[in-house]
Amino acid sequence: MTFFDLARRNTERHMFRSALAIIGIVIGVVAIASMGVLGNSINLMVGDVVSDVGDTIIVSPAVGGGGIFGGGGASTGLSERQVEDIRRAIGTNRAIPVITGADRMMVGATTGGVMIYAMHAEDIPYLLEKESGAYLKETAAACMIGKGLADSWKDEGLKLGSRIRIGDETLRVVGILEERGMSFDVNPDHAIVVPHRWYSDRYETDEYDQVIVKVRNVNDIDAVKDAIDERMNRRDDVVNVMDTRRILESITSMYESVTLFLMGIGAISLLVAGVSILNVMMMSVTERTREIGVLRSIGTRRNELMRIFIYEALILGTIGAVVGGILSFGGGYLMTGVFLGDSTYLFNPTSLLYIAFGMSFGVGTSVLCGLYPAWKAAKLNPIQALRHE
Amino acid sequence: MAVIQFQDVTKVYPLPAGDVVALDGVSLDIDSGEFVSIMGPSGSGKSTLLNIMGSLDVPTSGDVYISGSRIGVMNDDELTLLRRDHIGFIFQHFNLIPLLSAVENVEYPMILRGRKTEARKRAVEVLAAVGLEESLYTHKPNELSGGQQQRVAIARALVNEPDFLLCDEPTGNLDTKTGTGIMNLLSRMNDGGTTVIVVTHDPRMTEYSNRTISIVDGRLA
Repeated sequence: MTFFDLARRNTERHMFRSALAIIGIVIGVVAIASMGVLGNSINLMVGDVVSDVGDTIIVSPAVGGGGIFGGGGASTGLSERQVEDIRRAIGTNRAIPVITGADRMMVGATTGGVMIYAMHAEDIPYLLEKESGAYLKETAAACMIGKGLADSWKDEGLKLGSRIRIGDETLRVVGILEERGMSFDVNPDHAIVVPHRWYSDRYETDEYDQVIVKVRNVNDIDAVKDAIDERMNRRDDVVNVMDTRRILESITSMYESVTLFLMGIGAISLLVAGVSILNVMMMSVTERTREIGVLRSIGTRRNELMRIFIYEALILGTIGAVVGGILSFGGGYLMTGVFLGDSTYLFNPTSLLYIAFGMSFGVGTSVLCGLYPAWKAAKLNPIQALRHE
Repeated sequence: MAVIQFQDVTKVYPLPAGDVVALDGVSLDIDSGEFVSIMGPSGSGKSTLLNIMGSLDVPTSGDVYISGSRIGVMNDDELTLLRRDHIGFIFQHFNLIPLLSAVENVEYPMILRGRKTEARKRAVEVLAAVGLEESLYTHKPNELSGGQQQRVAIARALVNEPDFLLCDEPTGNLDTKTGTGIMNLLSRMNDGGTTVIVVTHDPRMTEYSNRTISIVDGRLA
């Protein structure tokens, strides 16, 4: 028999009352942990969807820009000369100029709209992975198609080796790209990628919509950004220089704020549960005043008495936290499944951490709320406590 | 050798209506091995005397030595340890811990002293010595009669081998026959060398003691 046994037996003595206090903690833990898991899963999903984070800088024309390099305020793209300037600024890192367009395409007898990305053939392997076939050659009338486009036009006969008509020109499909997901730079999953020369000849354009800079060492991102900014925007804001990592950071930061807000609401319910534990234990102290007097008179020290009451709060909190943790796991599985369509995010360590956090918060709140009743019990005068009826 | 020494002890309770003098210049010695009855009417200061003897309270002035320790200068923790190690309490209402079985109630003071490993063996020995049936050892207090509860309480008081037993109306809640049995038990313990101090207002209790201290209006009569 130990102080812990005494505490355990006392929680069992008033089973119904203890159960109610535990239910409060369970609700609080479930609220905090489930909200945390859901928010974190959304964050993870965004991270998964956005694939090009880390080593990429996107340079695009400033709105209303152009400046002296662009040759006038009316310009909406980046000239070859500006691309060269960017190349000089970034040193040995790779600049991939991209033109983005759209047109109608015909496969067999079927026509439909399609997004077109034009790039220099030698740049494509540095940006896009191929699933099958070959990469483009600059001089060929050929294209690569996105995985999503290939799948959705499969019934129309779109596959490796088939031909796509755009206007009066025919492009042969030489490669299928690997699925890439959503990106901040290009989204070729439902697009076609063509050689720059073919595109500029057909659409008579010599301006690029963006330059994607692939930085070899991610630690150099800020320095490369600064170098581009310094070279291009010396007098006017000619280009916007975006770091994909920062963009994702601001998106995840926003989701984290939402998660924190939701968890805050959960924390309030846990605090209410804590108050219920405080109430239960205050009742217990009042009911057991005489018993406390006996324990003190036969030699139980104040800190030992406090331990008994804190153990009681700990027992209530731990049971509530464990049950809450299990239910949060189930709830999180259900919510990520229903809202995000993918329950695997729940098994990510960061999601599980939110369950652990909710459980710790539940135990912590319980112990914290048990401190005052424990202190009050320990401070009771043994003589007065013994006289208590 | 005196286990309890009171030297010109005064206890005053400050109340809004004016100070109440509960003990007024009390001096007394109780030696080891004595069986002392303390008698007096209600409001005479018996309870205050008992509380100070039990280190539950300290005097306003004067010196009190319990088992050689001057309690007036001790803090709460030191007083608690003095009670735990040197004093055995027996209450009128038995005051067993309802969550614990009879044997666990007796073990408890030993566990407080850190003697957990030997606690069960010693508790069983003491319960046997106070005459509690073995089949009742695992019973909770509410499953025991008044006399059985008081025997458990005596065992609990004895288990740490205290310097003296401090009994507050030990038969006050028992019928005559059971009360006599309890007093005979205390008398037997005293014969074995245990110092017993009984606070009572029942004159029949004095038959068991070898000294009676009377107190009236806070002074020894």
